[in-house]
Amino acid sequence: MTAADLVIVLLGVVAVGAGVLVVATRQLVHAALWLVVSFGALAGSYLVLTAEFVAWVQVLIYVGAVVVLLLFGIMLTRAPIGRSEDLDSGNRIVALVVAVATAGVLVTTLVRGFRSAYVPIKDRVGSGSSHTLGGSLFQTWVLPFEALSVLLLAALIGAIVLSRTDIGGAGPEPEEEEPEPRRRPAAPRGTVARRLGTARRRATPDDEDTIVLSRVDEEI
Amino acid sequence: MSETHVLAEGATLNSFGHDPWWIIGLKALVVFVFLLLTVLITVWAERRIIGRMQLRPGPNRAGPFGILQALFDGIKGALKEDIVPRGVDKVVFFLAPILAAAPAMVSFSVIPWGGVVSIGGHKTPLQLADLPVAVLLPLAMASIGVYGFVLAGWSSMSPYALLGGLRSSAQVISYEIAMGLSFVAVFLFSGTLSTSEIVAAQAHGTAFKVAGMTLHTPSWYAVLLLPSFIIYIFTMMGESGRIPFDLPEGEGELVAGYHTEYSSLKFMMFYLAEYVNMTTLSALCTTLFLGGYRAPWPITWFWSGANSGWWPVLWFLIKIWMFTFFFIWLRAALPRVRYDQLMKLGWKVLIPVSLGWILFVSVVRALRNEHHDVGPIMIVAAIIVVLLLIASFLWERVSASEAQPEEAEAAAEQDPMAGGFPVPPLDAPHYHGVGNGRAPNSAEATRA
Repeated sequence: MTAADLVIVLLGVVAVGAGVLVVATRQLVHAALWLVVSFGALAGSYLVLTAEFVAWVQVLIYVGAVVVLLLFGIMLTRAPIGRSEDLDSGNRIVALVVAVATAGVLVTTLVRGFRSAYVPIKDRVGSGSSHTLGGSLFQTWVLPFEALSVLLLAALIGAIVLSRTDIGGAGPEPEEEEPEPRRRPAAPRGTVARRLGTARRRATPDDEDTIVLSRVDEEI
Repeated sequence: MSETHVLAEGATLNSFGHDPWWIIGLKALVVFVFLLLTVLITVWAERRIIGRMQLRPGPNRAGPFGILQALFDGIKGALKEDIVPRGVDKVVFFLAPILAAAPAMVSFSVIPWGGVVSIGGHKTPLQLADLPVAVLLPLAMASIGVYGFVLAGWSSMSPYALLGGLRSSAQVISYEIAMGLSFVAVFLFSGTLSTSEIVAAQAHGTAFKVAGMTLHTPSWYAVLLLPSFIIYIFTMMGESGRIPFDLPEGEGELVAGYHTEYSSLKFMMFYLAEYVNMTTLSALCTTLFLGGYRAPWPITWFWSGANSGWWPVLWFLIKIWMFTFFFIWLRAALPRVRYDQLMKLGWKVLIPVSLGWILFVSVVRALRNEHHDVGPIMIVAAIIVVLLLIASFLWERVSASEAQPEEAEAAAEQDPMAGGFPVPPLDAPHYHGVGNGRAPNSAEATRA
């Protein structure tokens, strides 16, 4: 067992352990932070496998954008400090079974398919550059790449349509929603996000501020 | 433009990975000490220069020209009582300042500050590390640095801090996209993501033939890729969270933003992070757009040795300090923008313009690779850009005149004593450019 093998095993342990903590922790924001650790360990594994470009893009996209947006969302709606007791889902047994089954299928496939395929890492140095990756992405795998792009575009347009009530004719009348009462304590937890989504009023950054303030008042 | 024999002194990716451990350690130490010293000097210079620009002396008591002021401030700050508010999430509260300061320092490791020199008999490039994808590292580190601000805001148990953290994350994420896009044109022209090779690629402009004459394109990407450079300057201001984009800590609205609840050493860490970030962003801009550590062209004309030995460190420092001065100058010259203006600039101007520019650059590159004539395309592109500018100007005029009545409606009535205690008027009237019954004077004053 070489040093690289050891490091990648350790990183794998960190990634899986942090992943388990994401669903097991009772603190909402800590769950997001464990997700960061998990993604970071994954990026480290990519680095050990000499896939530098993928590793830094992993940090950039998943650590830097996806989880920050998650945190952002959590903080806009509810960001309790300390333990939350209502985090357990009723479906957790089913979810566990599905997760274990998926992991079993993937691990079995990988072990059976690639057990004897061994590539010494020393020969692969430099193969993780943007040049190699771009070559295979835009030559060999261009069709899946384009299909994924269309999927993401559809998701983007869908998100815009869902968040805008002034198009499609399904939105409520402006007059009904306009006088938004600013009563304290604010609406029950969890409804603020919905209110933000359906509010017809011109969205200004202060909306966020107001909502967060009411949230904090509630906490204190 | 620049001479030929210095190319041997420039570092490439192959120059890395041969250093003995003590040189690597030495370089890491030098980078660390350099950043700390630069922070001290920048803080002092900022206060002196802003003082000068505001017709007052600035700090002038501690040491000659007050140069020790920042050092003493640092010592005093570190010796202050460390107050941890009740009810905070302790681990995250302690982790946040480290997460803010450390990534900013790590990004500096891929910045080249000189060519290949000889230290103790070893030929080594003056750069801590280089990767085939080195430019991604500062971007990735900037995105990790966001956690410092967000978590500081969240863990403080304070509405002001939370708002500061939220604003900061939204701002940095938005501007990071445009920043990443502004690099793409540089990658397309240099053909690499390694910082040392990007600097090497700016040593000479590519030759092209016009009417039988061989001409050179300008070698600095700041000239060749001017739109990218300008977009980077905007995003640089946005990323650093300084005036005019210092919304995350806008003291008029949020006391001090995400670090409101921090004191003593932990507060100093945020302070450090801000200034290290400024230096790193300046260094990155120097590397990508201003030819890195290479001497500027008038000097290379009459002095052929300007790029050899240790001289490049001088050019590098001069370029960094030009940017630092620029940061300070802007702080003295500009007011803070509004939050919606900030977001509008990031999402509706910088990102679309970058995308269009990248499309144009890649088309030109592809055609040049196939040895087509790019002259007509340039002319057509120029005409399209001019037409777009005129159209957008007209559009602004038309939509501005339509938007006025809507904005008047948008200023909703507020109850200043909602819930039995005073509420800060967050939906402030001057945000909409109109006054309501409660604060007409302040609205007028803010607009004037």
